[in-house]
Amino acid sequence: MSEENNIEFDTAGVKKKFLFLNRKAPYGTIYALEVLEMILISAAFEQHAVIAFIDDGVYQVQKGQDTSVTAMKNFSKTYGVVEMEKEDADEDDDIDMVWRIVVEKESMDARGLTPDDLVVDVEVLASNELADLMAQQDVVFGG
Amino acid sequence: MKIGILVNEGPFTHQASDSAYHFAKAAIEKGHKVIRVFFYYDGVNNANKLSEPQSDDRNIVKLWGELAAEHSVDLVVCVAAALRRGIKDDILADGFRISGLGQLVELGMAADRTVMFGD
Repeated sequence: MSEENNIEFDTAGVKKKFLFLNRKAPYGTIYALEVLEMILISAAFEQHAVIAFIDDGVYQVQKGQDTSVTAMKNFSKTYGVVEMEKEDADEDDDIDMVWRIVVEKESMDARGLTPDDLVVDVEVLASNELADLMAQQDVVFGG
Repeated sequence: MKIGILVNEGPFTHQASDSAYHFAKAAIEKGHKVIRVFFYYDGVNNANKLSEPQSDDRNIVKLWGELAAEHSVDLVVCVAAALRRGIKDDILADGFRISGLGQLVELGMAADRTVMFGD
């Protein structure tokens, strides 16, 4: 690797609001898996984060995924790690980091899903509420 | 303004890399500083020096390298995304370097605006 050329920014004390937008079905393309990798890495930087699921992205956190026939890696359990990061941040007063896991109501309704069908505890936001939340963010990443 | 750019798609199949390149160039011409371009997902294929488009087409891999050389733009390819797609130092085009995904989060923290180009 070319790590010797690493250029570091001075980010000491920087605290920003990140939003990770999951829009795609978990399989078929790699976006869901690689956004998840992004979210997990970001935990180390102790930034505020909203992990949002909209459109077919809501299927990423649906219970009962079985990929044995397609031989794709089933990473749905890893969203539990995201939930653990969120809970750690909520419970530990020394960590100044707020994480929220949100699902757009319209996307969930259109696919016949309820929060009970999902592998993590989520906040359900209407489309306009999610839009307001997105507008408040400093950085939006997604796939 | 300090600008960060995220490129989510590979060259030619998608126009995202071209759009990001023209955005970066225009921003620099306006006096802004592009502090890093981060290549993720199939975007890592923008760093493949074996890319050889037809002579009457733009060579987006080379264009990125030239922009990096002229304006000291830091072009970073995500290591995890690169390795699974066979992008390694052996075939890394001039101007690019391979590093971790943390460099993207750091970019979001350091830049005044981070702009994502994809589908």
